[in-house]
Amino acid sequence: MSTAIGSAVNDGDSVYLAGFTHLIPFSAGHEIIRQGFEELHLIRATPDLIFDRLIAAGCASKITFSWAGNPGVGSLRAFRRAVEDDVPAPLEIEEYTHFGLMTRLAAGARGLPFLPVRTFAGSDLPAHTDAIRTVEDPFGDGSVHVVPPLEPDVAVIRAQRADRDGNAHVWGIQGEIPEVALAAETVVLCAEELVDERVIRSDPNRTVVTGADVDYVVEDPYGSHPSYAQGYYDRDNEAYLEWDAVSETHDSTERWLEEWVYGVANHREYLEKLGARRLLDLETGTDYATPIDMGSYS
Amino acid sequence: MTDARINTTDSTAADSETNLEYTDTELLVTIAARELEDDESVLVGVGVPNLACNLAKRTHAPNLRLFYESGTIDSDPSSLPLSIGDPVLASGALGVTPMYEGFSRYLQAGRIDVGFLGGAQIDRYGNINSTVIGEYDDPTVRLPGSGGACEIASNAHRTLVLTSHQRRRFPESVDFVTSPGYLDGRESREALGLRGGPEAVITDLAVMRFDAAGELYVESLHPGVDRSDVQEATGWELAFADEVETTTPPTGEELSLLREELDPDGLYL
Repeated sequence: MSTAIGSAVNDGDSVYLAGFTHLIPFSAGHEIIRQGFEELHLIRATPDLIFDRLIAAGCASKITFSWAGNPGVGSLRAFRRAVEDDVPAPLEIEEYTHFGLMTRLAAGARGLPFLPVRTFAGSDLPAHTDAIRTVEDPFGDGSVHVVPPLEPDVAVIRAQRADRDGNAHVWGIQGEIPEVALAAETVVLCAEELVDERVIRSDPNRTVVTGADVDYVVEDPYGSHPSYAQGYYDRDNEAYLEWDAVSETHDSTERWLEEWVYGVANHREYLEKLGARRLLDLETGTDYATPIDMGSYS
Repeated sequence: MTDARINTTDSTAADSETNLEYTDTELLVTIAARELEDDESVLVGVGVPNLACNLAKRTHAPNLRLFYESGTIDSDPSSLPLSIGDPVLASGALGVTPMYEGFSRYLQAGRIDVGFLGGAQIDRYGNINSTVIGEYDDPTVRLPGSGGACEIASNAHRTLVLTSHQRRRFPESVDFVTSPGYLDGRESREALGLRGGPEAVITDLAVMRFDAAGELYVESLHPGVDRSDVQEATGWELAFADEVETTTPPTGEELSLLREELDPDGLYL
Protein backbone atom coordinates (compact mmCIF):
# COMPACT_ATOMS: atom_id res chain seq x y z
CA MET A 1 0.00 0.00 0.00
CA SER A 2 2.76 2.38 0.97
CA THR A 3 4.49 1.90 -2.41
CA ALA A 4 1.26 2.11 -4.41
CA ILE A 5 0.07 5.33 -2.76
CA GLY A 6 3.55 6.86 -2.77
CA SER A 7 3.91 6.18 -6.46
CA ALA A 8 0.36 6.91 -7.66
CA VAL A 9 -0.35 10.14 -5.75
CA ASN A 10 1.38 13.51 -6.09
CA ASP A 11 0.81 16.76 -4.22
CA GLY A 12 -1.89 18.78 -5.95
CA ASP A 13 -3.56 15.75 -7.58
CA SER A 14 -7.30 15.26 -7.85
CA VAL A 15 -7.99 12.02 -5.96
CA TYR A 16 -11.25 10.09 -5.97
CA LEU A 17 -11.69 7.59 -3.14
CA ALA A 18 -14.56 5.42 -4.36
CA GLY A 19 -17.25 3.37 -2.63
CA PHE A 20 -20.72 4.45 -1.62
CA THR A 21 -20.88 3.57 2.10
CA HIS A 22 -19.67 0.10 1.01
CA LEU A 23 -15.96 -0.64 0.36
CA ILE A 24 -14.63 2.79 1.33
CA PRO A 25 -10.82 2.87 1.01
CA PHE A 26 -10.01 3.86 4.59
CA SER A 27 -6.59 2.18 4.67
CA ALA A 28 -5.54 4.04 1.51
CA GLY A 29 -6.83 7.33 2.95
CA HIS A 30 -4.84 6.77 6.13
CA GLU A 31 -1.74 6.06 4.03
CA ILE A 32 -2.23 9.34 2.16
CA ILE A 33 -2.31 11.12 5.52
CA ARG A 34 0.79 9.28 6.77
CA GLN A 35 2.74 10.21 3.66
CA GLY A 36 1.82 13.86 4.19
CA PHE A 37 0.38 14.75 0.79
CA GLU A 38 -0.80 18.34 0.43
CA GLU A 39 -3.03 20.47 -1.76
CA LEU A 40 -5.09 17.49 -2.86
CA HIS A 41 -8.41 17.96 -4.60
CA LEU A 42 -10.41 15.21 -2.88
CA ILE A 43 -13.53 13.84 -4.54
CA ARG A 44 -16.25 11.54 -3.20
CA ALA A 45 -20.04 11.60 -3.40
CA THR A 46 -20.15 11.14 0.37
CA PRO A 47 -16.94 12.44 1.96
CA ASP A 48 -17.61 10.22 5.00
CA LEU A 49 -15.19 9.86 7.91
CA ILE A 50 -12.19 9.32 5.66
CA PHE A 51 -12.39 12.82 4.13
CA ASP A 52 -13.03 14.31 7.57
CA ARG A 53 -9.68 12.80 8.56
CA LEU A 54 -7.86 13.91 5.40
CA ILE A 55 -9.22 17.45 5.82
CA ALA A 56 -8.25 17.62 9.50
CA ALA A 57 -4.78 16.33 8.60
CA GLY A 58 -4.32 19.23 6.18
CA CYS A 59 -4.09 17.10 3.01
CA ALA A 60 -6.87 18.87 1.10
CA SER A 61 -7.23 22.28 -0.48
CA LYS A 62 -10.42 21.45 -2.35
CA ILE A 63 -13.24 18.96 -2.02
CA THR A 64 -15.86 17.92 -4.56
CA PHE A 65 -18.87 16.12 -3.13
CA SER A 66 -22.62 15.68 -3.17
CA TRP A 67 -23.59 14.77 0.40
CA ALA A 68 -21.33 15.67 3.29
CA GLY A 69 -22.60 14.04 6.46
CA ASN A 70 -21.75 11.23 8.86
CA PRO A 71 -24.14 8.61 7.42
CA GLY A 72 -26.83 7.68 9.91
CA VAL A 73 -25.14 9.75 12.63
CA GLY A 74 -25.05 13.48 11.81
CA SER A 75 -22.48 16.07 10.74
CA LEU A 76 -18.96 15.77 9.44
CA ARG A 77 -17.38 18.10 11.94
CA ALA A 78 -13.91 18.54 10.43
CA PHE A 79 -15.48 19.25 7.03
CA ARG A 80 -17.75 21.84 8.62
CA ARG A 81 -14.91 23.45 10.56
CA ALA A 82 -12.98 23.87 7.32
CA VAL A 83 -15.94 25.28 5.39
CA GLU A 84 -17.44 27.42 8.16
CA ASP A 85 -14.29 28.55 10.03
CA ASP A 86 -11.28 27.82 7.74
CA VAL A 87 -9.88 25.34 10.29
CA PRO A 88 -7.22 24.03 9.85
CA ALA A 89 -7.15 25.80 6.47
CA PRO A 90 -9.65 27.21 3.97
CA LEU A 91 -11.28 24.52 1.85
CA GLU A 92 -12.63 25.21 -1.60
CA ILE A 93 -15.79 23.25 -2.35
CA GLU A 94 -17.35 22.11 -5.60
CA GLU A 95 -20.80 20.73 -5.02
CA TYR A 96 -23.13 18.44 -6.99
CA THR A 97 -26.05 16.18 -6.39
CA HIS A 98 -25.41 12.42 -6.32
CA PHE A 99 -26.83 12.03 -9.82
CA GLY A 100 -24.89 15.03 -11.10
CA LEU A 101 -21.59 13.69 -9.79
CA MET A 102 -22.32 10.15 -11.01
CA THR A 103 -23.09 11.59 -14.45
CA ARG A 104 -19.76 13.43 -14.51
CA LEU A 105 -18.00 10.12 -13.87
CA ALA A 106 -20.15 8.40 -16.49
CA ALA A 107 -19.11 11.03 -19.07
CA GLY A 108 -15.47 10.54 -18.05
CA ALA A 109 -15.71 6.76 -18.32
CA ARG A 110 -17.31 7.01 -21.78
CA GLY A 111 -15.06 9.67 -23.26
CA LEU A 112 -17.91 12.13 -23.84
CA PRO A 113 -17.61 15.94 -23.77
CA PHE A 114 -20.72 16.16 -21.57
CA LEU A 115 -23.86 14.25 -20.62
CA PRO A 116 -27.36 15.63 -20.16
CA VAL A 117 -29.13 15.10 -16.88
CA ARG A 118 -32.68 15.69 -15.64
CA THR A 119 -31.84 17.38 -12.39
CA PHE A 120 -30.71 20.87 -11.25
CA ALA A 121 -33.62 22.75 -12.91
CA GLY A 122 -35.17 24.95 -10.23
CA SER A 123 -32.30 24.36 -7.82
CA ASP A 124 -29.85 27.07 -6.70
CA LEU A 125 -26.90 24.70 -7.15
CA PRO A 126 -26.08 25.59 -10.81
CA ALA A 127 -25.55 29.23 -9.75
CA HIS A 128 -22.69 28.10 -7.51
CA THR A 129 -21.12 25.27 -9.52
CA ASP A 130 -19.69 26.45 -12.81
CA ALA A 131 -19.55 23.00 -14.39
CA ILE A 132 -23.34 22.63 -14.23
CA ARG A 133 -24.56 24.30 -17.42
CA THR A 134 -27.43 24.15 -19.87
CA VAL A 135 -27.57 23.55 -23.62
CA GLU A 136 -30.44 23.88 -26.06
CA ASP A 137 -32.01 20.51 -26.76
CA PRO A 138 -31.11 20.06 -30.47
CA PHE A 139 -34.03 17.66 -30.96
CA GLY A 140 -36.79 19.42 -29.08
CA ASP A 141 -37.87 22.49 -27.22
CA GLY A 142 -36.12 24.14 -24.36
CA SER A 143 -32.83 23.49 -22.66
CA VAL A 144 -31.32 20.66 -20.67
CA HIS A 145 -28.70 20.63 -17.94
CA VAL A 146 -25.35 19.08 -18.79
CA VAL A 147 -22.19 18.22 -16.88
CA PRO A 148 -18.66 17.68 -18.22
CA PRO A 149 -16.55 14.54 -17.71
CA LEU A 150 -14.77 14.05 -14.42
CA GLU A 151 -11.36 12.46 -14.94
CA PRO A 152 -9.54 12.35 -11.60
CA ASP A 153 -5.75 12.05 -11.62
CA VAL A 154 -6.01 9.12 -9.23
CA ALA A 155 -8.82 6.84 -8.11
CA VAL A 156 -8.58 4.36 -5.28
CA ILE A 157 -11.18 1.63 -5.56
CA ARG A 158 -11.80 -1.48 -3.52
CA ALA A 159 -13.10 -4.92 -4.42
CA GLN A 160 -13.83 -8.08 -2.48
CA ARG A 161 -11.56 -10.12 -4.72
CA ALA A 162 -9.17 -9.50 -7.57
CA ASP A 163 -6.34 -11.28 -9.35
CA ARG A 164 -2.79 -9.97 -9.51
CA ASP A 165 -3.51 -8.08 -12.72
CA GLY A 166 -6.39 -6.13 -11.17
CA ASN A 167 -9.32 -7.96 -12.71
CA ALA A 168 -11.84 -7.44 -9.94
CA HIS A 169 -15.14 -8.78 -8.63
CA VAL A 170 -17.46 -6.63 -6.54
CA TRP A 171 -20.79 -7.75 -5.15
CA GLY A 172 -23.33 -5.91 -3.06
CA ILE A 173 -23.53 -2.16 -3.56
CA GLN A 174 -21.23 -1.14 -6.42
CA GLY A 175 -21.75 2.61 -6.05
CA GLU A 176 -19.59 4.54 -8.52
CA ILE A 177 -16.76 1.98 -8.64
CA PRO A 178 -17.45 0.80 -12.23
CA GLU A 179 -17.54 4.40 -13.49
CA VAL A 180 -14.58 5.91 -11.67
CA ALA A 181 -12.36 2.93 -12.52
CA LEU A 182 -12.66 3.90 -16.19
CA ALA A 183 -12.74 7.67 -15.69
CA ALA A 184 -9.53 8.12 -13.68
CA GLU A 185 -6.04 8.47 -15.11
CA THR A 186 -4.37 6.21 -12.52
CA VAL A 187 -6.23 3.50 -10.63
CA VAL A 188 -5.17 1.88 -7.37
CA LEU A 189 -7.18 -1.26 -6.64
CA CYS A 190 -7.24 -2.64 -3.08
CA ALA A 191 -8.79 -6.07 -2.61
CA GLU A 192 -9.93 -7.97 0.44
CA GLU A 193 -8.25 -11.00 -1.08
CA LEU A 194 -6.20 -11.88 -4.13
CA VAL A 195 -7.46 -14.86 -6.13
CA ASP A 196 -6.39 -16.76 -9.18
CA GLU A 197 -7.42 -15.35 -12.55
CA ARG A 198 -9.53 -18.51 -13.04
CA VAL A 199 -11.80 -17.40 -10.20
CA ILE A 200 -12.49 -14.12 -12.00
CA ARG A 201 -13.03 -15.86 -15.34
CA SER A 202 -15.43 -18.35 -13.72
CA ASP A 203 -17.97 -15.55 -13.17
CA PRO A 204 -17.31 -12.77 -15.69
CA ASN A 205 -20.62 -10.98 -15.07
CA ARG A 206 -19.40 -10.04 -11.60
CA THR A 207 -16.35 -8.18 -12.93
CA VAL A 208 -16.49 -4.40 -12.38
CA VAL A 209 -13.10 -3.52 -13.80
CA THR A 210 -10.44 -5.41 -15.74
CA GLY A 211 -6.71 -5.21 -15.22
CA ALA A 212 -6.07 -3.11 -18.32
CA ASP A 213 -7.55 -0.13 -16.46
CA VAL A 214 -5.80 -0.80 -13.16
CA ASP A 215 -2.31 0.47 -12.38
CA TYR A 216 -1.67 -0.81 -8.86
CA VAL A 217 -3.06 -3.87 -7.08
CA VAL A 218 -2.86 -4.13 -3.29
CA GLU A 219 -3.97 -7.07 -1.16
CA ASP A 220 -5.51 -5.26 1.77
CA PRO A 221 -7.81 -7.26 4.07
CA TYR A 222 -10.09 -5.19 6.30
CA GLY A 223 -8.97 -2.07 4.45
CA SER A 224 -12.53 -0.70 4.42
CA HIS A 225 -12.84 -0.62 8.20
CA PRO A 226 -14.89 1.05 9.68
CA SER A 227 -17.07 0.81 6.55
CA TYR A 228 -17.82 -2.69 5.36
CA ALA A 229 -17.17 -5.33 2.71
CA GLN A 230 -20.28 -7.34 1.81
CA GLY A 231 -19.83 -10.94 2.91
CA TYR A 232 -16.51 -10.20 4.65
CA TYR A 233 -17.28 -7.90 7.57
CA ASP A 234 -19.99 -5.51 8.68
CA ARG A 235 -19.82 -1.77 9.20
CA ASP A 236 -18.30 -0.86 12.57
CA ASN A 237 -21.14 1.41 13.58
CA GLU A 238 -19.54 2.13 16.95
CA ALA A 239 -16.66 3.78 15.11
CA TYR A 240 -19.08 6.01 13.18
CA LEU A 241 -20.79 7.00 16.42
CA GLU A 242 -17.45 7.51 18.20
CA TRP A 243 -16.23 9.79 15.41
CA ASP A 244 -18.92 12.27 16.33
CA ALA A 245 -17.23 12.78 19.72
CA VAL A 246 -13.66 12.27 18.48
CA SER A 247 -14.03 15.01 15.89
CA GLU A 248 -15.70 17.51 18.19
CA THR A 249 -12.70 19.87 18.11
CA HIS A 250 -9.70 20.16 15.83
CA ASP A 251 -7.45 19.24 18.77
CA SER A 252 -9.39 16.10 19.61
CA THR A 253 -9.35 15.10 15.95
CA GLU A 254 -5.58 15.60 15.78
CA ARG A 255 -5.11 13.48 18.87
CA TRP A 256 -7.04 10.67 17.20
CA LEU A 257 -4.95 10.97 14.04
CA GLU A 258 -1.79 10.91 16.14
CA GLU A 259 -2.85 7.66 17.78
CA TRP A 260 -4.56 5.79 14.94
CA VAL A 261 -2.85 7.05 11.78
CA TYR A 262 0.58 8.58 12.49
CA GLY A 263 1.07 6.26 15.47
CA VAL A 264 0.88 3.09 13.37
CA ALA A 265 3.22 2.16 10.53
CA ASN A 266 0.58 0.63 8.28
CA HIS A 267 -2.89 -0.85 8.16
CA ARG A 268 -1.73 -4.14 9.68
CA GLU A 269 -0.63 -2.29 12.81
CA TYR A 270 -3.93 -0.40 12.81
CA LEU A 271 -5.79 -3.71 12.78
CA GLU A 272 -3.59 -5.15 15.52
CA LYS A 273 -4.29 -2.07 17.60
CA LEU A 274 -8.00 -2.44 16.91
CA GLY A 275 -7.82 -5.98 18.21
CA ALA A 276 -9.22 -9.35 17.24
CA ARG A 277 -12.31 -9.00 19.41
CA ARG A 278 -13.51 -5.92 17.60
CA LEU A 279 -12.93 -7.49 14.20
CA LEU A 280 -14.65 -10.71 15.25
CA ASP A 281 -17.68 -8.68 16.30
CA LEU A 282 -17.93 -7.48 12.70
CA GLU A 283 -18.02 -11.00 11.25
CA THR A 284 -21.03 -11.75 9.10
CA GLY A 285 -22.86 -15.03 8.77
CA THR A 286 -22.81 -16.77 5.41
CA ASP A 287 -25.50 -16.47 2.77
CA TYR A 288 -24.24 -17.98 -0.47
CA ALA A 289 -25.71 -17.10 -3.85
CA THR A 290 -26.93 -20.09 -5.83
CA PRO A 291 -24.12 -21.04 -8.22
CA ILE A 292 -24.79 -20.45 -11.89
CA ASP A 293 -23.75 -22.72 -14.72
CA MET A 294 -21.82 -20.92 -17.47
CA GLY A 295 -21.94 -24.12 -19.47
CA SER A 296 -19.01 -26.00 -20.95
CA TYR A 297 -18.63 -25.49 -24.70
CA SER A 298 -15.31 -27.14 -25.42
CA MET B 1 -33.34 11.22 0.04
CA THR B 2 -30.49 11.30 2.40
CA ASP B 3 -30.45 10.40 6.03
CA ALA B 4 -33.65 12.06 7.12
CA ARG B 5 -33.83 11.78 10.81
CA ILE B 6 -36.67 13.57 12.47
CA ASN B 7 -35.53 15.36 15.55
CA THR B 8 -38.76 15.87 17.32
CA THR B 9 -39.12 16.43 21.00
CA ASP B 10 -40.86 13.08 21.09
CA SER B 11 -43.47 14.12 23.51
CA THR B 12 -45.83 11.28 24.16
CA ALA B 13 -49.42 11.80 23.20
CA ALA B 14 -52.39 9.65 24.02
CA ASP B 15 -55.46 9.14 21.91
CA SER B 16 -58.44 9.86 24.10
CA GLU B 17 -60.66 7.20 22.54
CA THR B 18 -58.31 4.24 22.46
CA ASN B 19 -55.97 5.48 25.15
CA LEU B 20 -52.98 4.26 23.16
CA GLU B 21 -49.81 6.16 23.88
CA TYR B 22 -47.43 6.91 21.03
CA THR B 23 -44.49 9.17 20.30
CA ASP B 24 -44.29 11.92 17.68
CA THR B 25 -42.04 9.72 15.57
CA GLU B 26 -44.45 6.78 15.75
CA LEU B 27 -47.24 9.04 14.57
CA LEU B 28 -45.09 10.42 11.74
CA VAL B 29 -44.11 6.92 10.58
CA THR B 30 -47.72 5.77 10.63
CA ILE B 31 -49.04 8.73 8.64
CA ALA B 32 -46.27 8.36 6.06
CA ALA B 33 -46.96 4.63 5.72
CA ARG B 34 -50.62 5.32 4.96
CA GLU B 35 -49.61 7.61 2.08
CA LEU B 36 -48.06 4.66 0.23
CA GLU B 37 -50.06 2.40 -2.04
CA ASP B 38 -49.59 -1.24 -2.87
CA ASP B 39 -47.43 -2.05 -5.92
CA GLU B 40 -45.64 1.28 -5.86
CA SER B 41 -41.90 1.83 -6.27
CA VAL B 42 -40.52 3.99 -3.49
CA LEU B 43 -37.12 5.65 -3.19
CA VAL B 44 -36.50 5.28 0.52
CA GLY B 45 -34.23 7.00 3.01
CA VAL B 46 -33.04 5.50 6.26
CA GLY B 47 -34.75 6.31 9.52
CA VAL B 48 -38.38 7.36 9.43
CA PRO B 49 -38.97 6.74 5.68
CA ASN B 50 -37.54 3.26 5.98
CA LEU B 51 -39.80 2.47 8.92
CA ALA B 52 -42.80 3.91 7.08
CA CYS B 53 -42.16 1.77 4.00
CA ASN B 54 -41.65 -1.39 6.00
CA LEU B 55 -44.80 -0.68 8.03
CA ALA B 56 -46.77 -0.18 4.81
CA LYS B 57 -45.36 -3.45 3.43
CA ARG B 58 -46.59 -5.32 6.48
CA THR B 59 -50.03 -3.77 6.45
CA HIS B 60 -51.80 -2.48 3.35
CA ALA B 61 -48.99 -2.51 0.75
CA PRO B 62 -47.30 -5.94 0.73
CA ASN B 63 -46.04 -5.46 -2.83
CA LEU B 64 -44.31 -2.12 -2.23
CA ARG B 65 -40.89 -2.03 -3.90
CA LEU B 66 -38.09 -0.39 -1.92
CA PHE B 67 -35.37 1.35 -3.92
CA TYR B 68 -32.37 3.08 -2.32
CA GLU B 69 -29.99 5.71 -3.70
CA SER B 70 -27.19 3.19 -3.43
CA GLY B 71 -28.69 1.37 -6.43
CA THR B 72 -30.64 -1.45 -4.80
CA ILE B 73 -33.91 -2.59 -6.36
CA ASP B 74 -36.70 -4.08 -4.25
CA SER B 75 -34.62 -4.38 -1.10
CA ASP B 76 -35.90 -6.72 1.59
CA PRO B 77 -33.90 -5.62 4.64
CA SER B 78 -33.76 -8.26 7.37
CA SER B 79 -32.95 -5.59 9.96
CA LEU B 80 -33.04 -1.80 10.10
CA PRO B 81 -30.45 -0.32 7.73
CA LEU B 82 -28.03 2.07 9.44
CA SER B 83 -27.33 3.96 6.24
CA ILE B 84 -28.65 4.03 2.67
CA GLY B 85 -25.71 1.84 1.73
CA ASP B 86 -26.23 -0.82 4.40
CA PRO B 87 -25.46 -4.44 3.41
CA VAL B 88 -28.97 -5.58 4.36
CA LEU B 89 -30.27 -3.49 1.44
CA ALA B 90 -28.26 -5.58 -1.04
CA SER B 91 -28.76 -9.00 0.57
CA GLY B 92 -31.98 -10.47 -0.77
CA ALA B 93 -32.72 -7.53 -3.09
CA LEU B 94 -34.13 -8.25 -6.53
CA GLY B 95 -31.30 -6.34 -8.13
CA VAL B 96 -28.31 -4.08 -7.50
CA THR B 97 -27.17 -1.55 -10.09
CA PRO B 98 -24.26 0.89 -10.15
CA MET B 99 -25.47 4.26 -8.83
CA TYR B 100 -25.44 5.98 -12.21
CA GLU B 101 -27.78 3.32 -13.56
CA GLY B 102 -30.10 3.49 -10.57
CA PHE B 103 -30.45 7.24 -10.87
CA SER B 104 -30.65 7.38 -14.67
CA ARG B 105 -32.57 4.24 -15.66
CA TYR B 106 -34.95 4.14 -12.73
CA LEU B 107 -35.42 7.58 -11.16
CA GLN B 108 -34.79 9.82 -14.18
CA ALA B 109 -36.70 7.52 -16.55
CA GLY B 110 -39.81 7.75 -14.38
CA ARG B 111 -39.81 4.33 -12.71
CA ILE B 112 -40.06 5.73 -9.17
CA ASP B 113 -43.58 6.52 -7.95
CA VAL B 114 -42.81 8.05 -4.58
CA GLY B 115 -39.76 9.69 -3.05
CA PHE B 116 -39.15 10.82 0.51
CA LEU B 117 -37.54 14.15 1.28
CA GLY B 118 -36.50 16.03 4.39
CA GLY B 119 -34.53 19.18 4.98
CA ALA B 120 -33.54 21.99 7.26
CA GLN B 121 -35.96 24.49 5.71
CA ILE B 122 -39.19 24.19 3.73
CA ASP B 123 -41.13 27.12 2.32
CA ARG B 124 -44.80 27.63 1.46
CA TYR B 125 -44.32 26.15 -2.02
CA GLY B 126 -42.51 23.06 -0.79
CA ASN B 127 -39.05 24.17 -1.88
CA ILE B 128 -36.48 22.50 0.33
CA ASN B 129 -33.10 23.60 1.64
CA SER B 130 -30.64 20.97 2.81
CA THR B 131 -27.52 22.85 1.71
CA VAL B 132 -26.74 25.89 3.81
CA ILE B 133 -28.11 28.31 6.41
CA GLY B 134 -26.97 31.83 5.58
CA GLU B 135 -24.94 32.74 2.51
CA TYR B 136 -23.62 29.90 0.35
CA ASP B 137 -20.13 31.37 0.25
CA ASP B 138 -20.07 32.32 3.91
CA PRO B 139 -22.39 29.88 5.65
CA THR B 140 -23.70 30.16 9.18
CA VAL B 141 -24.35 26.42 9.11
CA ARG B 142 -23.07 24.15 6.41
CA LEU B 143 -25.61 21.32 5.92
CA PRO B 144 -24.85 18.01 4.14
CA GLY B 145 -26.15 19.12 0.73
CA SER B 146 -28.42 17.46 -1.80
CA GLY B 147 -27.28 13.90 -1.98
CA GLY B 148 -29.97 12.53 -4.27
CA ALA B 149 -32.68 14.87 -2.98
CA CYS B 150 -32.72 17.29 -5.95
CA GLU B 151 -33.19 14.51 -8.50
CA ILE B 152 -35.80 12.79 -6.35
CA ALA B 153 -37.70 16.07 -6.08
CA SER B 154 -37.42 16.51 -9.86
CA ASN B 155 -38.15 12.99 -11.11
CA ALA B 156 -40.32 11.00 -8.71
CA HIS B 157 -44.02 11.02 -9.59
CA ARG B 158 -44.70 12.47 -6.17
CA THR B 159 -42.77 13.22 -3.01
CA LEU B 160 -43.56 13.14 0.68
CA VAL B 161 -41.74 15.56 2.93
CA LEU B 162 -41.15 14.57 6.57
CA THR B 163 -39.88 17.07 9.12
CA SER B 164 -40.34 18.35 12.61
CA HIS B 165 -42.43 21.50 12.79
CA GLN B 166 -40.54 24.53 14.06
CA ARG B 167 -40.61 28.15 12.94
CA ARG B 168 -36.95 28.09 11.88
CA ARG B 169 -37.71 25.11 9.63
CA PHE B 170 -40.66 26.83 7.93
CA PRO B 171 -39.42 30.26 6.81
CA GLU B 172 -41.31 32.40 4.32
CA SER B 173 -38.56 31.61 1.82
CA VAL B 174 -35.65 29.20 2.10
CA ASP B 175 -32.02 30.39 2.22
CA PHE B 176 -31.13 28.04 -0.65
CA VAL B 177 -33.27 25.90 -2.94
CA THR B 178 -31.61 22.49 -2.89
CA SER B 179 -34.66 20.58 -4.12
CA PRO B 180 -37.40 22.31 -6.10
CA GLY B 181 -40.97 22.09 -4.88
CA TYR B 182 -43.49 24.23 -6.74
CA LEU B 183 -40.96 27.14 -6.88
CA ASP B 184 -43.29 30.20 -7.11
CA GLY B 185 -46.38 28.06 -7.73
CA ARG B 186 -47.45 25.05 -9.79
CA GLU B 187 -47.08 26.89 -13.10
CA SER B 188 -43.43 27.70 -12.48
CA ARG B 189 -42.69 24.04 -11.79
CA GLU B 190 -44.54 22.98 -14.93
CA ALA B 191 -42.62 25.54 -16.97
CA LEU B 192 -39.37 23.80 -16.05
CA GLY B 193 -40.71 20.44 -17.17
CA LEU B 194 -40.22 18.80 -13.80
CA ARG B 195 -42.12 15.59 -13.12
CA GLY B 196 -44.43 15.22 -10.11
CA GLY B 197 -43.97 17.48 -7.12
CA PRO B 198 -44.51 17.41 -3.38
CA GLU B 199 -47.78 15.77 -2.35
CA ALA B 200 -47.74 16.27 1.40
CA VAL B 201 -45.63 17.69 4.19
CA ILE B 202 -45.99 15.57 7.29
CA THR B 203 -44.77 17.05 10.56
CA ASP B 204 -45.10 16.31 14.26
CA LEU B 205 -48.00 18.78 14.40
CA ALA B 206 -49.98 18.42 11.19
CA VAL B 207 -50.44 16.97 7.74
CA MET B 208 -50.24 19.67 5.06
CA ARG B 209 -50.99 19.42 1.34
CA PHE B 210 -50.67 21.78 -1.63
CA ASP B 211 -53.59 23.73 -3.08
CA ALA B 212 -54.30 24.44 -6.76
CA ALA B 213 -51.71 27.23 -6.76
CA GLY B 214 -49.08 24.97 -5.19
CA GLU B 215 -49.18 26.53 -1.73
CA LEU B 216 -49.25 24.59 1.52
CA TYR B 217 -52.41 24.33 3.59
CA VAL B 218 -53.21 22.35 6.73
CA GLU B 219 -55.34 19.32 6.00
CA SER B 220 -55.33 17.75 9.45
CA LEU B 221 -54.04 18.56 12.91
CA HIS B 222 -52.62 15.79 15.09
CA PRO B 223 -54.59 14.92 18.24
CA GLY B 224 -54.06 17.57 20.90
CA VAL B 225 -52.68 20.16 18.44
CA ASP B 226 -54.64 23.33 17.66
CA ARG B 227 -54.38 25.87 14.86
CA SER B 228 -52.34 28.35 16.82
CA ASP B 229 -49.68 25.72 17.61
CA VAL B 230 -49.11 25.14 13.90
CA GLN B 231 -49.33 28.81 12.97
CA GLU B 232 -46.78 29.78 15.63
CA ALA B 233 -44.40 27.15 14.28
CA THR B 234 -44.70 28.47 10.73
CA GLY B 235 -43.05 31.59 9.29
CA TRP B 236 -45.95 32.78 7.13
CA GLU B 237 -49.70 33.08 7.44
CA LEU B 238 -50.73 29.51 6.98
CA ALA B 239 -53.86 28.44 5.10
CA PHE B 240 -56.20 25.85 6.58
CA ALA B 241 -58.64 23.51 4.87
CA ASP B 242 -62.31 24.54 5.10
CA GLU B 243 -62.83 21.64 7.43
CA VAL B 244 -59.64 20.78 9.24
CA GLU B 245 -59.65 17.15 10.33
CA THR B 246 -57.94 15.44 13.22
CA THR B 247 -55.19 13.09 12.11
CA THR B 248 -56.05 9.44 12.70
CA PRO B 249 -53.60 8.22 15.35
CA PRO B 250 -51.65 4.95 15.08
CA THR B 251 -53.62 1.76 15.74
CA GLY B 252 -52.55 -0.86 18.23
CA GLU B 253 -51.53 -3.13 15.35
CA GLU B 254 -49.37 -0.46 13.76
CA LEU B 255 -47.69 0.35 17.06
CA SER B 256 -46.93 -3.25 17.91
CA LEU B 257 -45.48 -3.89 14.43
CA LEU B 258 -43.25 -0.85 14.82
CA ARG B 259 -42.10 -1.58 18.34
CA GLU B 260 -41.83 -5.35 18.28
CA GLU B 261 -40.74 -6.13 14.72
CA LEU B 262 -39.47 -3.09 12.84
CA ASP B 263 -37.49 -1.18 15.45
CA PRO B 264 -37.29 -3.41 18.54
CA ASP B 265 -34.15 -1.64 19.75
CA GLY B 266 -35.80 1.78 19.50
CA LEU B 267 -33.15 3.22 17.18
CA TYR B 268 -35.54 5.69 15.59
CA LEU B 269 -38.81 5.48 17.49
